Amino acid sequence: MTTLAVSRPRRGIAQTISPYSYVAPFFVLFAAFGLFPLIYTAYVSLYRVELQTPNAMEWRGFGNYTALFADDYFWTALRNTFTIGVISTVPQLLMALGLAHLLNYKLRGRTFFRVAMLLPYATSVAAATLVFAQLFGRDFGLINWLLSLIGVSPVDWQSGTWTSQIAVSTIVVWRWTGYNALIYLAGMQSIPADLYEAAELDGASRWKQFLHVTLPGLRPTVLFTVVVSTIGATQLFGEPLLFEGSITGGISHQYQTLGLYMYEQGWGYFHLGRAAAIAWVMFVLIVLLVVVNSAIARRRIRKEASAR
Amino acid sequence: MPIARAAVRRAVTRLGAVALAGALLAACGSGSSGNSAGGTDGGKVTLTVDLFGTFGYKEAGLYKEYEKLHPNITIKETTTENEADYWKALQTHLAGGGGLADVQGIEVGRIAAVTQQQADKFEDLNSLGASSLKADFSAAKWSAATASDGRTLGLGTDIGPEAMCFRSDLLKQAGLPTDRETLAKSWSTWDGYLALGKQYRAKAPAKSYWTDSVASLYSVMNGQQKERYYDASGKLIYASNPAVKTSWDTSVQAAQDGLSAKLAEWTPAWNQAFSSGSFATIACPAWMLGYIKGQAGATGKGKWDVATLPGGAGNWGGSYLSIPKGSAHAKEAFALIKWLTAKEQQAKLFKKQGSFPSNLGAIDAVKDVTDPYFSNAPIGQIFGAAAEQSPVQVLGVQDGDVNTQITNALGEVERKGVSSATAWSHAEAGVKNALG
Repeated sequence: MTTLAVSRPRRGIAQTISPYSYVAPFFVLFAAFGLFPLIYTAYVSLYRVELQTPNAMEWRGFGNYTALFADDYFWTALRNTFTIGVISTVPQLLMALGLAHLLNYKLRGRTFFRVAMLLPYATSVAAATLVFAQLFGRDFGLINWLLSLIGVSPVDWQSGTWTSQIAVSTIVVWRWTGYNALIYLAGMQSIPADLYEAAELDGASRWKQFLHVTLPGLRPTVLFTVVVSTIGATQLFGEPLLFEGSITGGISHQYQTLGLYMYEQGWGYFHLGRAAAIAWVMFVLIVLLVVVNSAIARRRIRKEASAR
Repeated sequence: MPIARAAVRRAVTRLGAVALAGALLAACGSGSSGNSAGGTDGGKVTLTVDLFGTFGYKEAGLYKEYEKLHPNITIKETTTENEADYWKALQTHLAGGGGLADVQGIEVGRIAAVTQQQADKFEDLNSLGASSLKADFSAAKWSAATASDGRTLGLGTDIGPEAMCFRSDLLKQAGLPTDRETLAKSWSTWDGYLALGKQYRAKAPAKSYWTDSVASLYSVMNGQQKERYYDASGKLIYASNPAVKTSWDTSVQAAQDGLSAKLAEWTPAWNQAFSSGSFATIACPAWMLGYIKGQAGATGKGKWDVATLPGGAGNWGGSYLSIPKGSAHAKEAFALIKWLTAKEQQAKLFKKQGSFPSNLGAIDAVKDVTDPYFSNAPIGQIFGAAAEQSPVQVLGVQDGDVNTQITNALGEVERKGVSSATAWSHAEAGVKNALG
């Protein structure tokens, strides 16, 4: 022991500090642009504050929160966020998994396909949404034109509840499927090839290999994408905002998400206190969702471990 | 000491507002540029002008003319199509204190909010020399932009006397008269207008409707009322105001008769429909003429025409030019807006763009103007008469928000077949939520 201690060079103060200074930029930025706004938002949510008169703050305690829970529009937005989240996340992740599986084969022009997958993600939300709004147009939209070819009368995509939510989800699916597929692909490539060889020697079909080798190997990746997509779905904002260019999320709030409702309260009506309360409810909601997600995942892993 | 502390507190609040904006708006970037970056290097001044819709200064060549007259000035304009979006951005910039232009346009529906709530955020134009201009403008236009303590916060640009624009080629196809005097006579009342609409629908092509949306019908009808959403004391009276009820009922009737193309205003689909013939008539305040020209394009020339509005004269919209506090070039900006709102320029703008002047001298000068785009309609005479006869409206702080809620509810009647009573209850709930 003593010899070791003597032979080890003494660590200078500079060396003790240097790791901290390397990580400091992130934490300084986080404190300024992450933590401070978060805390300030919580503080503002306890007051009545209007954007036009930000210096006149009136104490409301938890009034903004209790008002929110008695607010029909809030519940509508919460329900919409949930339904749009489900009908966009579930097909998106399933399709991404399938695409990744196909791309994992030795294909000619693999790089081309992989880059192409990422293109929708690189497109700005605004551009994509404007194009999709045209496609889903009632009078001159491509989709209604295609439907008319098979004798379906034109659908007013923007006015109906389900139709508008499906249209918004389509944009989300289009933008994010490729992104998730690439993450799955990366996960698949970290699965050792000899597992597949062994499975093949045992006579397992491709489908069986997918079920019994790929899927178990991908579990951490799947968990990651589920968490990220859940957070994304809870914060969904750009697509519904730009779909019709209305902050109400359609004439009857039929596709207004929580993010959009917060924006409507804050920047449509300038009720910053109420917007801040919605922001905090969303924050808590996301934390809850993530905790539930990982609890489910951990239980599954434990179950499997005990089954082995 | 107390001054310093107040300044610190203000700085913290401002920082907080910016941070809050950042936190809540992380996903949504605003496209506008920073605070008049131009500076004064070498005597050169860049003035930024931030507007909404189509003011038409650029289109009418007024900036170029001004730059020629003042070689040291460069003018940069940014514009947002939808006024509601513009107003949101302006409020955010005012709260955060950044991103403001030297000149900001203010819609008449917002001017009460400016004079009553934000007078300290704009330059008092009287201190820059505006008081001598007072006699040039109509008393109503001037007083609306003046706060109770006498500060004048905006110079009047256009006003919005209303008329009815129509496509004579479509009316002809449906076998209706296309002469503007005959039409004005047969739609002297709104009932007459709806009746003519039914005749049009009976013979018109399948995808062509009588009007664009009941929301614009409603807005134009509301412009015919002296009191709309607030009374003169500032009390919210929209729910009990019989005038609002009448406009609502007539719009619902138009929707239920199937007269509307069910387009939402200010959307791409609406813009497209100006040239596709989806609707035959559109209620048009004077500023809409420039918008129609922009959307319908050169091929629409000669197909459009203008006639007197059903149900009497009214006013919808009109704007002001203001200078926010903090503009580095307030003096130069004032010289610019003084020039832009002067008689000669307002008259020119009406001839080229259709924006009807608020400057009394200009109103006098445009009496005989006709517009070749609109089949040589005597727009000076039509809009001049409307301007003279339209009521001076009571303006409220949140007129715009109330209007949005009501027109959304009308959209439910129009596009989803919701009953009038249910939709109205939605409008009331929406107004409560918005003003809350």
